[in-house]
Amino acid sequence: MKSRSPRGELLVAGALVASGLCAAAFVLLYAFESDNTQLLGLSLGLSLGFVTLAAVVTGKKVVDQSEAVEERPKLVDEELGREVAGEMVGGAEGVSRRGLLAGAAGVAGVGLGAAAIVPLASLGTGDVSETLKASPWRAGVRLVDENGTPISVDQLEVGSWLTAFAEGSDRRALGSSVAVVQIEEEEVRVRRAWAPRGIMAYSKICTHAGCAIALFRYPTYEPTSKPPALVCPCHYSTFDVRNGAEVEFGPAGRPLPQLPLRVDAQGYLVAAGALSGNIGPSWWGVRKS
Amino acid sequence: MTLLRRRRPARSEEEAAAEAVRFLDERLGVSPLLKATMRYIFPDHWTFLFGEIALYSFIVLVATGVYLTLFFEPSTAETTYAGSYAPLQGAAVSEAYNSTLRIVFDVPAGLLVRQAHHWAALIFMVAIVAHLMRVFFTGAFRKPRDANWLIGVTLAMLGLLEGFAGYSLADDLLSGMGLAIAYGVALSIPLVGGQLAVLVWDGNFPGGPDFISRLFITHVLIVPVVIAVLITLHLAIIMRQKHSQFPGPGRTERNVIGTPLWPAYTFRALGMMLATAAVLFLLGGLIQINPIWQYGPYQPDLGTNGAQPDWYMGWLIGALRLMPGFDVTIGDATIAGNPFFGGVLFPTVVFSVLYAWPAVERRLTRDHARHDLLDRPRDAPWRTALGAGFFTWIFVIFVAGAADRLLVDLGFPYEGQVWFFRILALVGPFLVFVFTLRICRELKASEARPLRRWEGTVVRREPDGRYVEVEASGNGAGREQQREGEPSGGHAGDG
Amino acid sequence: MRRFRRSSRRARTLMVLLTLMCSAGALYAASSPGAAQRGPSADPASSPATRSLIARGRSLFADGCSSCHGVDARGIRNLGPSLYGAGAAAADFYLSTGRMPLSNPRDEPTRSRPAYERADIDALVAYVGSLGRGPAVPRVSPHQGRVDAGMRAFTLNCAGCHQVGAAGGIVTGGVAPRLDDSDVTPTQIGEAIRVGPFLMPAFNERHITEQDVNDIARYLALTQQPDDRGGWGIGHIGPIPEGMVAWLLAGSALLLVARLIGERNEA
Repeated sequence: MKSRSPRGELLVAGALVASGLCAAAFVLLYAFESDNTQLLGLSLGLSLGFVTLAAVVTGKKVVDQSEAVEERPKLVDEELGREVAGEMVGGAEGVSRRGLLAGAAGVAGVGLGAAAIVPLASLGTGDVSETLKASPWRAGVRLVDENGTPISVDQLEVGSWLTAFAEGSDRRALGSSVAVVQIEEEEVRVRRAWAPRGIMAYSKICTHAGCAIALFRYPTYEPTSKPPALVCPCHYSTFDVRNGAEVEFGPAGRPLPQLPLRVDAQGYLVAAGALSGNIGPSWWGVRKS
Repeated sequence: MTLLRRRRPARSEEEAAAEAVRFLDERLGVSPLLKATMRYIFPDHWTFLFGEIALYSFIVLVATGVYLTLFFEPSTAETTYAGSYAPLQGAAVSEAYNSTLRIVFDVPAGLLVRQAHHWAALIFMVAIVAHLMRVFFTGAFRKPRDANWLIGVTLAMLGLLEGFAGYSLADDLLSGMGLAIAYGVALSIPLVGGQLAVLVWDGNFPGGPDFISRLFITHVLIVPVVIAVLITLHLAIIMRQKHSQFPGPGRTERNVIGTPLWPAYTFRALGMMLATAAVLFLLGGLIQINPIWQYGPYQPDLGTNGAQPDWYMGWLIGALRLMPGFDVTIGDATIAGNPFFGGVLFPTVVFSVLYAWPAVERRLTRDHARHDLLDRPRDAPWRTALGAGFFTWIFVIFVAGAADRLLVDLGFPYEGQVWFFRILALVGPFLVFVFTLRICRELKASEARPLRRWEGTVVRREPDGRYVEVEASGNGAGREQQREGEPSGGHAGDG
Repeated sequence: MRRFRRSSRRARTLMVLLTLMCSAGALYAASSPGAAQRGPSADPASSPATRSLIARGRSLFADGCSSCHGVDARGIRNLGPSLYGAGAAAADFYLSTGRMPLSNPRDEPTRSRPAYERADIDALVAYVGSLGRGPAVPRVSPHQGRVDAGMRAFTLNCAGCHQVGAAGGIVTGGVAPRLDDSDVTPTQIGEAIRVGPFLMPAFNERHITEQDVNDIARYLALTQQPDDRGGWGIGHIGPIPEGMVAWLLAGSALLLVARLIGERNEA
């Protein structure tokens, strides 16, 4: 038997040995240097790469390369098909009340289907609007920081912002977080009573798709840049804080809910009421404003 | 075999093989099946391998994924991070995030496996998209392969879902933001949105205690099993119908010409599988992907700039960003939230078009015949042009989801970009359609092969040392042209 | 012109990232805190030396800044704001990062090579610091900060614009610069927090305390050489470069193998 490719065979043998060595290196690295992801990946990848080389050279050089022809199966055999159809119909011979039986089978099918699907309702049922509207904010709830420390007005100045939560609530609860911003008092155009000293709080959850409103832009010099706004980092919905967070730009469809604020006797920020709208993205039937 | 020839005479090799086959035959009677399988023909064309790359990526995904489940804990129970990564010391984290950090920092080779898993997910989708476009532009979806096309499109959809679920499990900052958007999209669906979101999330966002175990079982069992079943079906159907092939000498609608599975193609396919694995593990070791320790844990009140999903979700982000800002309302009551358009309607339209295309084309062309010979893209100018326009539409929206940072750095304000991409998404597809149609018709008329044959001359050194110039369209290229440029009408007679 | 400068800066950032991969240790030593601290501008006009510095600053101001901010530094309508109350911190930030002077007052000020020598900047800072009562140049000591507290504070307050790994980002109307660059000094970080340049909000000491600033500066020093145990960090901006690697790098590698495997040898 004459070799088709003596050099190819040697190459394959070499590649296989190299692959084995790389794999052995991987095992050693795993045992003694398992922290080094780069060496692990390199040794395993190279080992696989060498076997690839061996397989490709074998497939393209070492073994028989001749082309072959194969007939395609005939998918349609008219006669046989007719015969099968005939047998199908024939199987129902001697059954007279087919309509009745089909109807009864339908009843059974629908019933069983319903029985199979209904337990999915265990996932959760009932009126979801209470769940979706849940909010810890009501008059008298203090604004606290992420450690639960109450927020005093002197932590803010014009052009600054911070994130606050409802005192006593779970930080992870969707309704808890608010973005607190301060702008010039005369810049506040609506709901001035809710904004002592120009300090306003808006729900931090975007009314578009639920991301955290994590940007507050405040111009150093407005004539050459943009007015103050809260911005969502996901799709850049931009909410004009001077106008009750009306949407200035971006895909959001309604303003951020605003939390009426007052300053208590100790100078801490306190909610003067509930949020002005529903938290987060809109759903069927939710009120726009 | 040849490697062993000096050790053993060929005779005994055959005997050993015969013994093995008999062993199997006596129990299963496999010889007819083995014979047919070994003689199965693979037509040679490099574009036929995209689907294989997807298959091999899936195998790597399953293998690495199983390893990861041994260490991952699908729980949102809160704990305090006390591992070795200093910037997260003392942070309140979920068990899910904590156990992912353990995989990264403490499980030997854990990071390699995790990164290879994530790269495999990206490449899986790359290969699926490439394969889908190859099948589309060569008309391989036509009867009898229309059923397999439907399975393929379903696989693409499941791949998206599976990838997104995996990305969301780690509970890091980026995955949490992605889930927030998914929640917003679910809520926006008319009538059932609120119910659906609460059902899936076990409460409102960020979800009740059951949410992450639902996500986990979806990612590690439900979707992968469906994918595996559909892949099996996909392959079984191919085996039954046999591969399609490009027109060529001797190739007809009735036969397949190419390399048999045994021996050559076995090694080639093995090579493709090993190459895929090699690339995935090299990437997994050398290029960092989704470094969740650098992102920190998620809280609903946290967000980061430049948050992006994996690439295959990028077209949906683009669509969400390009929509003008309004919710659909009647009076004051919301019917559909804004994310409905980008997050539900857009992918529904795209997948519906893909699902419906084989039937639509059959109706438009009134061509109900069986096709086993492929079209070159130019052979069906209308299909190619429509497809190019359609994919351009998706591509422009995809780019709109990611180009923000780059273009702003180039001095192009974001607001302007949104308008630019809105217009481009509406106009671009038409321009591409017209342009492609023209190109296809010209190519078809001229039979030029811009990708294969280059214009110019070859300088060849003769045995006697002289240099001669040879026209490129002469010798080699000319022969090739003759072989593959054979008018497709000729095959109809054979078939 | 501006575009060119920006793109070359991007290239340089990329170079820095590449260098980091090879010599993270060396860079760490070079960039670790300990940059010279300049004290807050002393009581204005307290000593003759200070007075002469302010006078020199005033004349530099008249030459280079007054066309937008006015000869009296009280601003010119629609061109530049008054600098009364801006403080030494603002002047030092804008000048030492090369953001001022701006050739076009409508441009967003971006980081570039400072237009003035350090001595001239000191004079200008002294002059602007003498106008009203603005924030002084803060003292920032990253080595006294805690990296974990810094990461938490940065994620909550800064990541929305600057990206959680400080790779920078965008906002409607502007760009938030990268901070994971050794050019960004701890002092500049402290100044930006107090001053809130361009579209950035300002944070006072009651909210972001001096310790918080140290923590944040300590965290930002880490972002210059993050723990890239996974391999090449590809710019630290998340899934976009990852997708590019998947399509372009892995895609072309596999395409090459596919071409090799999928085509017959012309025998």
